[in-house]
Amino acid sequence: MRPLVSLVRLNKSFGDFRALRDVSLDVAAGEVVCIIGASGSGKTTLLRCVNQLVEPDSGAIWVDGELAGYRAAQGRLHRLSEAEIARQRRATGMVFQRFNLFPHLTALGNITEGPVQVLRQPRAEAEAEARALLARVGLAEKAESYPAQLSGGQQQRVAIARALAMKPRLMLFDEPTSALDPELVGEVLAVMRELAASGMTMIVVTHELGFAREVADRVVFMDHGVIIETGTPAEVLSAPREARTQAFISAVLA
Amino acid sequence: MAAVPHSDLPDLSDHVVVRRMHWGRWAAVAVILLLLASLARAFAVGQIEWQVVGQFITAPTILSGLLNTVVMAVAAMALGIMLGVVAAVMRMSSNPVLQGVALGYAWLFRGTPIILQLLLWFNLALIFPTIGLPGIGWVRTVDVMTPAFAALLGLAINQGAYTSEVVRAGMLSVDVGQYEAAKAIGMTRLRALRRIVFPQAMRVVIPPLGNEFIGMVKLTSLASVIQFTEILHSAQNIYYANAHVIELLIVAALWYLLVVSILTPLQMLLERRFSRGSAGGR
Ligand SMILES: Nc1ncnc2c1ncn2[C@@H]1O[C@H](COP(=O)(O)OP(=O)(O)OP(=O)(O)O)[C@@H](O)[C@H]1O
Ligand SMILES: [Mg+2]
Repeated sequence: MRPLVSLVRLNKSFGDFRALRDVSLDVAAGEVVCIIGASGSGKTTLLRCVNQLVEPDSGAIWVDGELAGYRAAQGRLHRLSEAEIARQRRATGMVFQRFNLFPHLTALGNITEGPVQVLRQPRAEAEAEARALLARVGLAEKAESYPAQLSGGQQQRVAIARALAMKPRLMLFDEPTSALDPELVGEVLAVMRELAASGMTMIVVTHELGFAREVADRVVFMDHGVIIETGTPAEVLSAPREARTQAFISAVLA
Repeated sequence: MAAVPHSDLPDLSDHVVVRRMHWGRWAAVAVILLLLASLARAFAVGQIEWQVVGQFITAPTILSGLLNTVVMAVAAMALGIMLGVVAAVMRMSSNPVLQGVALGYAWLFRGTPIILQLLLWFNLALIFPTIGLPGIGWVRTVDVMTPAFAALLGLAINQGAYTSEVVRAGMLSVDVGQYEAAKAIGMTRLRALRRIVFPQAMRVVIPPLGNEFIGMVKLTSLASVIQFTEILHSAQNIYYANAHVIELLIVAALWYLLVVSILTPLQMLLERRFSRGSAGGR
């Protein structure tokens, strides 16, 4: 079966610094992949390549059979227009480390913004769906609250609902709990666990090894812009083959 | 003050707090009152015929001048803001040609005096006797470049050059995460600007723009040099005839003060409107 996401030999440098080196990764539909690795190892850069917030220097990104950012014709690659790239991004939901909710809109307004403005969905319909999503993330009564009136955990759950409102095929999470107070981490992970159980394809950058062990189908360990090791949680987290993976995991668990 | 038990510190609980006397403040008030009184007396006994002020404050010529001033200020500011927004967006785009055009625009119109620009627009016929577009038609420039139109162009284009920097500062004040979140839900750059960035930039942009609007109300008076009949021009026309120079200048000053006084509460209303969702309330 064709994977939902195929990353083929991605390279990305920032100045002289090589953030990604020949990174390839396939993610099947319905699969949950957790990416772990030390700070600066290129996890965020890899995730951002998938929805084209970062443009790789070389390599190809395929999402749902579509080449990201380019159209191939007669042996040449033609750069897509901004509007076409925006359309491609709709298939992918993204959840940020620092939430990035729109502070001038209510929780409901944050969730309906994409469906109404981008998908041109009728407002009443979009609001009904947004309320259902808020209920799904446990925030039914917070529809009219502004982000500044919500706790970090609540904001991140609204952010997840905002991404889901676009009905994405794929969800990207960039350390969704690392800006949260410890007691708020659980409520966000619970929503993500439910989402994984519902069959959503997810790529999750995380330091929560417990979550990875429990929810991930596959764990990817990155170091210095390279995928060092990939396998089931049991393989990578409990019995890592590579010395660098062993060192990282024992450092995190220490 | 509560009593401190088990201590030989004095018990202050029944003492009354005496308010500090601000002698310096009282002295300053006295000096200011004295100055104001002598100023009032000077104006009262001075060569000002206050009944002339009263007579002309609602004169038709003055009122139509006032209307021209207000309409011109609002129109030039509105057009200036539009130009400023366009220039700021061009300046912030990744297209070097657009960036260059925006930079050149600000350089040209911030680099020359506004009065010179007004005179240039008004005298455009000397350079281009006719203006128009091929295929659409041509008109004589003198017919189009009325004082009002020249004033509108001059004031708005000049204002746009300044406003673009204010708008750009507002755009820069919005976190990059907001642009990214907007892109991530499939917005194009322009839609992200309109729906996400500008509403947030407003909070930063309104106070300086309020300032510039007040400046614009007074800047319209420069258009009197190209025969635009705003309020100062109307006042001058009257005092050329009746020689009540100071009285008519006072009439104009009173109207300027009134208009500017109305703008401040309007600005506060706008600021409240755009502070929704910011920490501390809606
Ligand atoms: N826009 C950028 N400009 C310059 N350097 C960048 C940029 N984005 C990332 N980098 C650099 O690329 C490297 C990889 O960054 P990346 O954010 O992908 O790491 P990460 O694995 O997500 O780390 P962390 O766990 O700290 O989030 C880092 O050294 C970072 O400094
Ligand atoms: Mg990161």
